Amino acid sequence: MDLKKLRYAKSHEWASLEGNICTVGLTKFAVDQLTDVIYIDLPDKGDPALKGDSFGEIESVKAVSDLYAPVDGEIVEINDKLAADPTLVSKEPYGKGWLIKIKCEGKPNLDHLLSLEDYEKQIACDNH
Amino acid sequence: MPLLTPLHTWHSQNGARMVDFGGWDMPVQYTSIVDEHQAVRNQAGIFDISHMGRLFVSGPDACKFLQLVCTNDIATLAEGQVRYSLVCNEGGTILDDILVYKLKDQFLLVVNASNRTKIVDWLMKHKAGFQVNLDDKTLNTGMVAIQGPKAMEIADHICSEKASDLKYYFCRKGRLFDSDAIISRTGYTGEDGIEFIIPNESLEKAWIALISMGLKPCGLGCRDTLRLEAGMPLYGHEIDEQTNPLEAGLGWAVKMNQKEFIGKKSLSGFESNSNKRTRVGIEVLGRRIPREGCLLFHLGKEVGKVCSGTFSPTFQKPLAMGYLPANLAKLETEIEVDIRGNREKAKVVPIPFYKRPKN
Repeated sequence: MDLKKLRYAKSHEWASLEGNICTVGLTKFAVDQLTDVIYIDLPDKGDPALKGDSFGEIESVKAVSDLYAPVDGEIVEINDKLAADPTLVSKEPYGKGWLIKIKCEGKPNLDHLLSLEDYEKQIACDNH
Repeated sequence: MPLLTPLHTWHSQNGARMVDFGGWDMPVQYTSIVDEHQAVRNQAGIFDISHMGRLFVSGPDACKFLQLVCTNDIATLAEGQVRYSLVCNEGGTILDDILVYKLKDQFLLVVNASNRTKIVDWLMKHKAGFQVNLDDKTLNTGMVAIQGPKAMEIADHICSEKASDLKYYFCRKGRLFDSDAIISRTGYTGEDGIEFIIPNESLEKAWIALISMGLKPCGLGCRDTLRLEAGMPLYGHEIDEQTNPLEAGLGWAVKMNQKEFIGKKSLSGFESNSNKRTRVGIEVLGRRIPREGCLLFHLGKEVGKVCSGTFSPTFQKPLAMGYLPANLAKLETEIEVDIRGNREKAKVVPIPFYKRPKN
Protein backbone atom coordinates (compact mmCIF):
# COMPACT_ATOMS: atom_id res chain seq x y z
CA MET A 1 0.00 0.00 0.00
CA ASP A 2 1.42 3.37 -1.01
CA LEU A 3 0.66 5.58 1.96
CA LYS A 4 0.95 8.68 -0.24
CA LYS A 5 -2.07 7.53 -2.23
CA LEU A 6 -4.26 7.28 0.86
CA ARG A 7 -6.24 10.14 2.36
CA TYR A 8 -6.51 10.68 6.10
CA ALA A 9 -9.14 11.89 8.56
CA LYS A 10 -8.12 13.98 11.57
CA SER A 11 -9.68 11.17 13.63
CA HIS A 12 -6.95 8.80 12.29
CA GLU A 13 -8.87 6.75 9.74
CA TRP A 14 -7.29 6.26 6.32
CA ALA A 15 -9.37 6.03 3.14
CA SER A 16 -8.52 4.50 -0.20
CA LEU A 17 -10.71 4.90 -3.26
CA GLU A 18 -11.12 2.36 -6.06
CA GLY A 19 -13.95 3.29 -8.41
CA ASN A 20 -16.77 4.17 -6.05
CA ILE A 21 -15.63 1.82 -3.26
CA CYS A 22 -13.84 3.45 -0.34
CA THR A 23 -11.81 1.14 1.91
CA VAL A 24 -11.37 2.43 5.46
CA GLY A 25 -8.77 1.51 8.06
CA LEU A 26 -6.95 2.97 11.04
CA THR A 27 -3.53 4.57 10.74
CA LYS A 28 -0.44 3.00 12.28
CA PHE A 29 -0.12 6.05 14.51
CA ALA A 30 -3.61 5.42 15.91
CA VAL A 31 -3.13 1.70 16.56
CA ASP A 32 0.28 2.36 18.13
CA GLN A 33 -1.40 4.78 20.51
CA LEU A 34 -4.08 2.24 21.39
CA THR A 35 -1.90 -0.90 21.80
CA ASP A 36 -3.36 -4.09 23.24
CA VAL A 37 -6.48 -4.04 21.07
CA ILE A 38 -9.16 -6.24 22.65
CA TYR A 39 -11.95 -6.05 20.13
CA ILE A 40 -13.41 -4.06 17.30
CA ASP A 41 -17.11 -3.48 17.01
CA LEU A 42 -18.11 -3.06 13.36
CA PRO A 43 -21.50 -2.33 11.79
CA ASP A 44 -23.52 -4.73 9.65
CA LYS A 45 -23.26 -4.97 5.91
CA GLY A 46 -25.91 -2.72 4.38
CA ASP A 47 -25.81 -0.14 7.17
CA PRO A 48 -25.48 3.46 6.05
CA ALA A 49 -22.21 5.33 6.62
CA LEU A 50 -22.38 9.03 7.39
CA LYS A 51 -19.33 11.21 6.94
CA GLY A 52 -18.00 12.19 10.37
CA ASP A 53 -20.33 9.82 12.26
CA SER A 54 -19.21 6.84 14.28
CA PHE A 55 -19.58 3.49 12.53
CA GLY A 56 -18.01 1.37 15.26
CA GLU A 57 -15.58 1.31 18.12
CA ILE A 58 -12.19 -0.11 18.95
CA GLU A 59 -11.45 -1.14 22.50
CA SER A 60 -7.98 -1.57 24.00
CA VAL A 61 -6.98 -2.43 27.56
CA LYS A 62 -6.62 1.23 28.36
CA ALA A 63 -9.44 2.95 26.48
CA VAL A 64 -12.20 2.77 23.91
CA SER A 65 -12.38 4.98 20.81
CA ASP A 66 -14.98 5.62 18.16
CA LEU A 67 -14.32 4.87 14.51
CA TYR A 68 -15.54 7.59 12.13
CA ALA A 69 -16.68 7.22 8.54
CA PRO A 70 -14.66 9.40 6.16
CA VAL A 71 -17.37 9.43 3.47
CA ASP A 72 -21.14 9.02 2.99
CA GLY A 73 -22.48 5.82 1.50
CA GLU A 74 -23.49 2.25 2.18
CA ILE A 75 -21.31 -0.22 4.05
CA VAL A 76 -20.92 -3.04 1.55
CA GLU A 77 -18.22 -5.07 3.24
CA ILE A 78 -16.77 -5.49 6.72
CA ASN A 79 -13.51 -7.22 7.61
CA ASP A 80 -14.77 -10.48 9.14
CA LYS A 81 -11.27 -11.57 10.13
CA LEU A 82 -11.12 -8.91 12.85
CA ALA A 83 -13.68 -10.71 15.00
CA ALA A 84 -11.33 -13.66 15.44
CA ASP A 85 -8.13 -11.63 15.51
CA PRO A 86 -8.54 -7.94 16.32
CA THR A 87 -4.75 -7.59 16.55
CA LEU A 88 -4.65 -7.66 12.72
CA VAL A 89 -5.43 -3.96 13.02
CA SER A 90 -2.18 -3.42 14.91
CA LYS A 91 -0.09 -5.83 12.85
CA GLU A 92 -1.20 -4.75 9.39
CA PRO A 93 -3.10 -1.49 9.71
CA TYR A 94 -2.83 -0.79 5.94
CA GLY A 95 -3.31 -4.39 4.81
CA LYS A 96 -5.21 -7.29 6.40
CA GLY A 97 -6.29 -4.99 9.22
CA TRP A 98 -8.65 -2.86 7.10
CA LEU A 99 -12.05 -2.18 8.70
CA ILE A 100 -14.89 -1.60 6.22
CA LYS A 101 -15.66 -0.80 2.59
CA ILE A 102 -18.14 1.94 1.79
CA LYS A 103 -19.92 2.26 -1.55
CA CYS A 104 -19.97 6.00 -2.12
CA GLU A 105 -23.03 7.87 -3.31
CA GLY A 106 -22.68 9.97 -6.43
CA LYS A 107 -19.24 11.00 -7.56
CA PRO A 108 -16.76 9.86 -4.89
CA ASN A 109 -14.43 12.50 -3.58
CA LEU A 110 -11.79 12.46 -0.82
CA ASP A 111 -10.76 16.09 -1.14
CA HIS A 112 -12.00 16.93 2.36
CA LEU A 113 -9.42 14.53 3.83
CA LEU A 114 -5.72 15.20 4.58
CA SER A 115 -2.76 14.25 2.43
CA LEU A 116 -0.09 12.07 4.04
CA GLU A 117 2.10 15.13 4.51
CA ASP A 118 -0.63 17.14 6.26
CA TYR A 119 -1.64 14.14 8.38
CA GLU A 120 1.95 13.66 9.53
CA LYS A 121 2.09 17.33 10.46
CA GLN A 122 -1.04 16.89 12.54
CA ILE A 123 0.24 13.87 14.46
CA ALA A 124 3.51 15.66 15.13
CA CYS A 125 1.40 18.37 16.83
CA ASP A 126 -0.71 15.74 18.67
CA ASN A 127 2.47 14.26 20.09
CA HIS A 128 3.40 17.52 21.81
CA MET B 1 6.73 21.02 35.29
CA PRO B 2 6.17 17.37 36.18
CA LEU B 3 8.53 15.70 38.64
CA LEU B 4 11.02 13.19 37.21
CA THR B 5 12.24 10.02 38.89
CA PRO B 6 15.97 9.20 38.86
CA LEU B 7 15.14 6.65 36.13
CA HIS B 8 13.41 9.12 33.83
CA THR B 9 16.23 9.23 31.28
CA TRP B 10 16.42 5.45 31.24
CA HIS B 11 12.68 5.18 30.62
CA SER B 12 12.79 7.68 27.76
CA GLN B 13 15.74 5.91 26.15
CA ASN B 14 14.15 2.48 26.46
CA GLY B 15 10.91 2.97 24.61
CA ALA B 16 8.62 3.86 27.48
CA ARG B 17 5.45 5.75 26.73
CA MET B 18 5.26 8.44 29.39
CA VAL B 19 2.18 9.90 31.08
CA ASP B 20 1.53 12.34 33.85
CA PHE B 21 0.62 10.51 37.04
CA GLY B 22 0.13 12.36 40.29
CA GLY B 23 2.38 15.17 39.10
CA TRP B 24 5.15 12.84 37.88
CA ASP B 25 6.15 11.94 34.33
CA MET B 26 5.91 8.16 34.55
CA PRO B 27 6.18 5.19 32.18
CA VAL B 28 2.77 3.72 31.38
CA GLN B 29 4.24 0.87 29.29
CA TYR B 30 7.44 -0.19 27.54
CA THR B 31 6.13 -2.88 25.19
CA SER B 32 2.48 -3.65 25.89
CA ILE B 33 0.31 -3.63 28.99
CA VAL B 34 -0.74 -7.24 28.38
CA ASP B 35 2.86 -8.50 27.90
CA GLU B 36 4.03 -6.74 31.02
CA HIS B 37 1.01 -7.96 32.99
CA GLN B 38 1.66 -11.58 31.97
CA ALA B 39 5.34 -11.25 32.86
CA VAL B 40 4.40 -10.32 36.42
CA ARG B 41 1.81 -13.10 36.76
CA ASN B 42 4.08 -15.79 35.27
CA GLN B 43 7.68 -14.66 35.82
CA ALA B 44 8.67 -11.37 37.39
CA GLY B 45 8.57 -7.69 36.58
CA ILE B 46 10.23 -4.55 37.88
CA PHE B 47 8.48 -1.22 38.43
CA ASP B 48 9.82 2.28 39.05
CA ILE B 49 7.58 3.47 41.89
CA SER B 50 9.78 6.40 42.91
CA HIS B 51 6.72 8.64 42.55
CA MET B 52 5.29 7.22 45.78
CA GLY B 53 5.77 9.61 48.70
CA ARG B 54 8.26 8.57 51.41
CA LEU B 55 7.74 10.43 54.67
CA PHE B 56 9.81 9.65 57.76
CA VAL B 57 8.21 10.37 61.14
CA SER B 58 10.41 10.39 64.22
CA GLY B 59 10.50 11.83 67.75
CA PRO B 60 9.24 10.72 71.15
CA ASP B 61 5.56 11.16 70.21
CA ALA B 62 5.77 9.59 66.72
CA CYS B 63 3.70 6.53 67.63
CA LYS B 64 1.07 8.51 69.55
CA PHE B 65 0.80 10.99 66.66
CA LEU B 66 0.40 8.28 64.02
CA GLN B 67 -2.27 6.61 66.17
CA LEU B 68 -4.27 9.82 65.84
CA VAL B 69 -3.94 10.24 62.07
CA CYS B 70 -4.10 6.57 61.03
CA THR B 71 -7.22 4.39 61.20
CA ASN B 72 -5.22 1.19 61.75
CA ASP B 73 -3.40 0.31 64.96
CA ILE B 74 0.16 1.61 64.87
CA ALA B 75 0.99 0.91 68.54
CA THR B 76 0.98 -2.86 68.05
CA LEU B 77 3.47 -2.81 65.17
CA ALA B 78 6.62 -4.77 65.92
CA GLU B 79 9.94 -3.37 64.74
CA GLY B 80 10.25 -4.27 61.09
CA GLN B 81 6.54 -4.66 60.56
CA VAL B 82 4.55 -2.91 57.83
CA ARG B 83 0.83 -2.15 58.02
CA TYR B 84 -1.78 -0.78 55.61
CA SER B 85 -3.83 2.12 56.95
CA LEU B 86 -6.17 4.84 55.86
CA VAL B 87 -5.78 8.50 56.74
CA CYS B 88 -9.24 10.01 57.18
CA ASN B 89 -10.51 13.53 57.68
CA GLU B 90 -12.93 14.46 60.50
CA GLY B 91 -15.82 13.43 58.26
CA GLY B 92 -14.45 9.88 58.15
CA THR B 93 -13.73 9.97 54.43
CA ILE B 94 -10.39 9.00 52.95
CA LEU B 95 -7.50 11.45 52.49
CA ASP B 96 -5.12 8.67 51.47
CA ASP B 97 -4.32 5.00 51.84
CA ILE B 98 -0.78 4.40 53.05
CA LEU B 99 1.72 1.86 54.30
CA VAL B 100 3.27 2.45 57.71
CA TYR B 101 6.71 0.89 58.24
CA LYS B 102 8.00 0.62 61.79
CA LEU B 103 11.77 1.00 61.66
CA LYS B 104 14.19 0.91 64.60
CA ASP B 105 13.89 4.51 65.73
CA GLN B 106 11.31 5.99 63.38
CA PHE B 107 8.32 5.31 61.17
CA LEU B 108 8.14 5.53 57.40
CA LEU B 109 4.89 6.37 55.64
CA VAL B 110 4.59 5.43 51.98
CA VAL B 111 1.82 7.58 50.54
CA ASN B 112 0.29 8.06 47.10
CA ALA B 113 2.11 10.43 44.74
CA SER B 114 -1.03 12.46 44.08
CA ASN B 115 -1.62 12.92 47.82
CA ARG B 116 1.90 13.58 49.06
CA THR B 117 1.65 17.33 49.55
CA LYS B 118 -1.87 16.98 50.95
CA ILE B 119 -0.70 14.44 53.53
CA VAL B 120 2.40 16.47 54.43
CA ASP B 121 0.14 19.49 55.02
CA TRP B 122 -2.29 17.34 57.03
CA LEU B 123 0.49 15.96 59.23
CA MET B 124 1.97 19.44 59.77
CA LYS B 125 -1.45 20.76 60.75
CA HIS B 126 -2.08 18.03 63.30
CA LYS B 127 1.38 17.71 64.82
CA ALA B 128 0.94 20.72 67.10
CA GLY B 129 1.42 19.52 70.68
CA PHE B 130 3.29 16.38 69.62
CA GLN B 131 7.06 16.03 69.72
CA VAL B 132 7.51 14.70 66.21
CA ASN B 133 9.69 15.42 63.21
CA LEU B 134 8.55 14.93 59.68
CA ASP B 135 11.09 14.39 56.93
CA ASP B 136 9.91 14.08 53.33
CA LYS B 137 12.61 12.01 51.59
CA THR B 138 10.67 11.45 48.38
CA LEU B 139 12.98 13.52 46.21
CA ASN B 140 16.21 12.12 47.72
CA THR B 141 15.39 8.46 47.27
CA GLY B 142 14.09 6.11 44.63
CA MET B 143 11.73 3.19 45.06
CA VAL B 144 11.39 0.02 43.03
CA ALA B 145 9.02 -2.96 43.16
CA ILE B 146 10.00 -6.46 42.05
CA GLN B 147 6.88 -8.59 41.68
CA GLY B 148 5.98 -12.05 40.42
CA PRO B 149 6.41 -15.75 41.18
CA LYS B 150 10.15 -15.53 40.37
CA ALA B 151 10.70 -12.23 42.22
CA MET B 152 12.01 -13.65 45.49
CA GLU B 153 14.56 -15.82 43.74
CA ILE B 154 16.09 -12.71 42.21
CA ALA B 155 15.65 -10.64 45.37
CA ASP B 156 17.67 -13.22 47.31
CA HIS B 157 20.64 -12.62 45.00
CA ILE B 158 20.77 -8.88 45.50
CA CYS B 159 20.16 -8.34 49.20
CA SER B 160 22.83 -8.69 51.88
CA GLU B 161 20.45 -10.83 53.94
CA LYS B 162 18.17 -13.32 52.29
CA ALA B 163 15.08 -11.36 51.22
CA SER B 164 12.88 -14.45 51.30
CA ASP B 165 13.45 -14.67 55.07
CA LEU B 166 11.34 -11.53 55.37
CA LYS B 167 7.75 -12.37 56.25
CA TYR B 168 4.89 -10.86 54.26
CA TYR B 169 4.43 -7.22 55.29
CA PHE B 170 7.76 -7.01 57.09
CA CYS B 171 10.73 -4.82 56.26
CA ARG B 172 14.33 -4.22 57.24
CA LYS B 173 17.25 -1.96 56.56
CA GLY B 174 19.98 -3.75 54.68
CA ARG B 175 22.36 -3.59 51.77
CA LEU B 176 21.20 -4.00 48.21
CA PHE B 177 24.03 -4.24 45.71
CA ASP B 178 26.44 -1.67 47.18
CA SER B 179 23.89 0.61 48.70
CA ASP B 180 21.93 1.08 51.92
CA ALA B 181 18.29 0.20 51.37
CA ILE B 182 14.97 -0.37 53.08
CA ILE B 183 13.58 -3.63 51.78
CA SER B 184 10.00 -4.75 52.38
CA ARG B 185 7.96 -7.81 51.43
CA THR B 186 5.12 -5.73 50.02
CA GLY B 187 3.53 -4.95 46.67
CA TYR B 188 0.54 -3.83 44.70
CA THR B 189 0.09 -6.58 42.12
CA GLY B 190 -1.33 -9.59 43.96
CA GLU B 191 2.02 -11.38 43.53
CA ASP B 192 4.85 -12.11 45.93
CA GLY B 193 7.81 -9.77 45.83
CA ILE B 194 9.66 -6.93 47.44
CA GLU B 195 9.78 -3.18 47.29
CA PHE B 196 12.95 -1.30 48.10
CA ILE B 197 14.01 2.27 48.74
CA ILE B 198 17.56 3.41 47.94
CA PRO B 199 19.34 6.74 47.48
CA ASN B 200 18.78 8.45 44.11
CA GLU B 201 22.37 8.04 42.99
CA SER B 202 22.30 4.23 43.40
CA LEU B 203 19.00 3.65 41.67
CA GLU B 204 19.86 3.46 37.99
CA LYS B 205 22.75 1.04 38.49
CA ALA B 206 20.54 -1.28 40.56
CA TRP B 207 17.70 -1.03 38.02
CA ILE B 208 19.92 -1.95 35.08
CA ALA B 209 21.50 -4.83 37.00
CA LEU B 210 18.07 -6.19 37.94
CA ILE B 211 16.88 -6.09 34.35
CA SER B 212 19.95 -8.00 33.27
CA MET B 213 18.95 -10.65 35.83
CA GLY B 214 15.75 -11.27 33.89
CA LEU B 215 13.20 -8.84 35.31
CA LYS B 216 10.91 -7.25 32.74
CA PRO B 217 10.46 -3.49 33.05
CA CYS B 218 6.78 -2.80 33.71
CA GLY B 219 4.83 0.44 33.56
CA LEU B 220 1.89 1.90 35.41
CA GLY B 221 -0.52 0.48 32.82
CA CYS B 222 -0.05 -3.10 33.98
CA ARG B 223 0.31 -1.97 37.58
CA ASP B 224 -3.31 -0.85 37.23
CA THR B 225 -4.58 -4.06 35.59
CA LEU B 226 -2.67 -6.17 38.14
CA ARG B 227 -3.99 -4.31 41.19
CA LEU B 228 -7.51 -4.35 39.76
CA GLU B 229 -7.44 -8.15 39.37
CA ALA B 230 -6.16 -8.32 42.94
CA GLY B 231 -9.11 -6.20 44.08
CA MET B 232 -6.91 -3.47 45.51
CA PRO B 233 -8.27 0.07 45.64
CA LEU B 234 -6.56 2.90 43.77
CA TYR B 235 -6.82 6.37 45.27
CA GLY B 236 -8.91 8.66 43.08
CA HIS B 237 -10.92 5.70 41.79
CA GLU B 238 -12.23 3.28 44.45
CA ILE B 239 -11.40 5.65 47.29
CA ASP B 240 -11.37 9.42 47.67
CA GLU B 241 -12.60 12.19 49.94
CA GLN B 242 -16.21 11.23 49.16
CA THR B 243 -15.69 7.62 50.29
CA ASN B 244 -15.27 6.13 53.74
CA PRO B 245 -13.17 3.03 54.48
CA LEU B 246 -16.12 0.94 55.62
CA GLU B 247 -18.08 1.21 52.38
CA ALA B 248 -14.81 0.66 50.48
CA GLY B 249 -14.47 -2.76 52.13
CA LEU B 250 -11.44 -1.60 54.13
CA GLY B 251 -13.02 -1.91 57.58
CA TRP B 252 -10.29 -4.40 58.51
CA ALA B 253 -7.86 -1.45 58.51
CA VAL B 254 -10.07 0.65 60.81
CA LYS B 255 -9.75 -0.07 64.51
CA MET B 256 -12.98 1.39 65.87
CA ASN B 257 -12.76 -0.31 69.28
CA GLN B 258 -9.06 -0.14 70.07
CA LYS B 259 -8.22 3.55 69.78
CA GLU B 260 -9.09 7.15 69.02
CA PHE B 261 -8.33 8.59 65.58
CA ILE B 262 -9.42 11.42 63.31
CA GLY B 263 -12.69 10.48 61.63
CA LYS B 264 -13.74 7.85 64.18
CA LYS B 265 -16.79 9.77 65.41
CA SER B 266 -18.18 10.13 61.89
CA LEU B 267 -17.56 6.47 61.10
CA SER B 268 -19.23 5.15 64.25
CA GLY B 269 -22.74 5.74 62.87
CA PHE B 270 -22.06 4.18 59.49
CA GLU B 271 -22.91 0.54 60.12
CA SER B 272 -26.47 1.39 61.17
CA ASN B 273 -26.98 3.72 58.17
CA SER B 274 -29.72 2.24 56.01
CA ASN B 275 -28.50 4.05 52.86
CA LYS B 276 -25.02 2.66 52.96
CA ARG B 277 -23.27 1.52 49.79
CA THR B 278 -20.47 -0.95 49.36
CA ARG B 279 -17.65 -1.74 46.93
CA VAL B 280 -18.30 -4.76 44.73
CA GLY B 281 -16.72 -6.71 41.89
CA ILE B 282 -18.57 -6.57 38.59
CA GLU B 283 -18.43 -8.98 35.69
CA VAL B 284 -20.17 -8.17 32.42
CA LEU B 285 -21.38 -10.92 30.15
CA GLY B 286 -20.33 -9.23 26.88
CA ARG B 287 -16.95 -8.10 25.60
CA ARG B 288 -17.35 -4.38 26.07
CA ILE B 289 -15.47 -2.97 29.02
CA PRO B 290 -17.20 -0.99 31.75
CA ARG B 291 -15.00 2.06 32.34
CA GLU B 292 -14.75 4.45 35.25
CA GLY B 293 -17.95 6.49 35.56
CA CYS B 294 -20.25 4.01 33.80
CA LEU B 295 -23.61 3.96 35.59
CA LEU B 296 -25.03 0.81 37.19
CA PHE B 297 -28.73 -0.07 37.03
CA HIS B 298 -30.96 -2.55 38.85
CA LEU B 299 -34.45 -3.19 37.52
CA GLY B 300 -34.12 -0.08 35.38
CA LYS B 301 -33.19 2.19 38.27
CA GLU B 302 -29.79 3.88 38.54
CA VAL B 303 -28.11 2.44 41.63
CA GLY B 304 -24.38 3.12 41.40
CA LYS B 305 -21.25 3.74 39.39
CA VAL B 306 -18.13 1.96 38.13
CA CYS B 307 -14.88 3.22 39.68
CA SER B 308 -12.35 1.15 37.68
CA GLY B 309 -12.76 -1.21 34.78
CA THR B 310 -10.42 -2.92 32.39
CA PHE B 311 -9.85 -5.95 30.24
CA SER B 312 -8.32 -8.58 32.50
CA PRO B 313 -5.31 -10.16 30.82
CA THR B 314 -5.39 -13.07 33.28
CA PHE B 315 -9.05 -13.97 32.80
CA GLN B 316 -9.36 -12.65 29.23
CA LYS B 317 -12.56 -10.78 29.99
CA PRO B 318 -13.70 -7.39 31.23
CA LEU B 319 -13.68 -6.84 35.00
CA ALA B 320 -14.70 -3.82 37.02
CA MET B 321 -15.21 -2.53 40.52
CA GLY B 322 -17.96 -0.17 41.57
CA TYR B 323 -20.30 0.87 44.32
CA LEU B 324 -23.82 -0.48 44.90
CA PRO B 325 -26.34 -0.06 47.73
CA ALA B 326 -25.52 -2.67 50.38
CA ASN B 327 -28.78 -4.54 49.77
CA LEU B 328 -27.75 -5.16 46.12
CA ALA B 329 -24.20 -6.18 46.90
CA LYS B 330 -25.06 -9.87 47.30
CA LEU B 331 -23.00 -12.09 45.01
CA GLU B 332 -24.66 -13.02 41.71
CA THR B 333 -27.10 -10.09 41.90
CA GLU B 334 -28.01 -9.25 38.32
CA ILE B 335 -27.43 -5.65 37.32
CA GLU B 336 -26.88 -3.66 34.16
CA VAL B 337 -24.02 -1.36 33.19
CA ASP B 338 -24.50 1.52 30.80
CA ILE B 339 -21.52 1.26 28.47
CA ARG B 340 -21.55 4.17 26.06
CA GLY B 341 -25.31 4.26 25.75
CA ASN B 342 -26.02 0.52 25.78
CA ARG B 343 -27.23 -1.37 28.82
CA GLU B 344 -25.10 -4.49 29.19
CA LYS B 345 -25.99 -7.38 31.50
CA ALA B 346 -23.67 -7.78 34.47
CA LYS B 347 -23.51 -9.43 37.87
CA VAL B 348 -21.93 -8.93 41.25
CA VAL B 349 -18.89 -11.15 41.78
CA PRO B 350 -16.41 -11.50 44.67
CA ILE B 351 -13.25 -9.39 44.93
CA PRO B 352 -10.39 -10.05 44.68
CA PHE B 353 -10.86 -11.50 41.20
CA TYR B 354 -7.37 -12.97 41.40
CA LYS B 355 -5.61 -14.75 44.24
CA ARG B 356 -2.14 -16.06 43.66
CA PRO B 357 -1.75 -19.81 43.93
CA LYS B 358 -0.18 -20.79 47.27
CA ASN B 359 2.88 -22.97 46.95
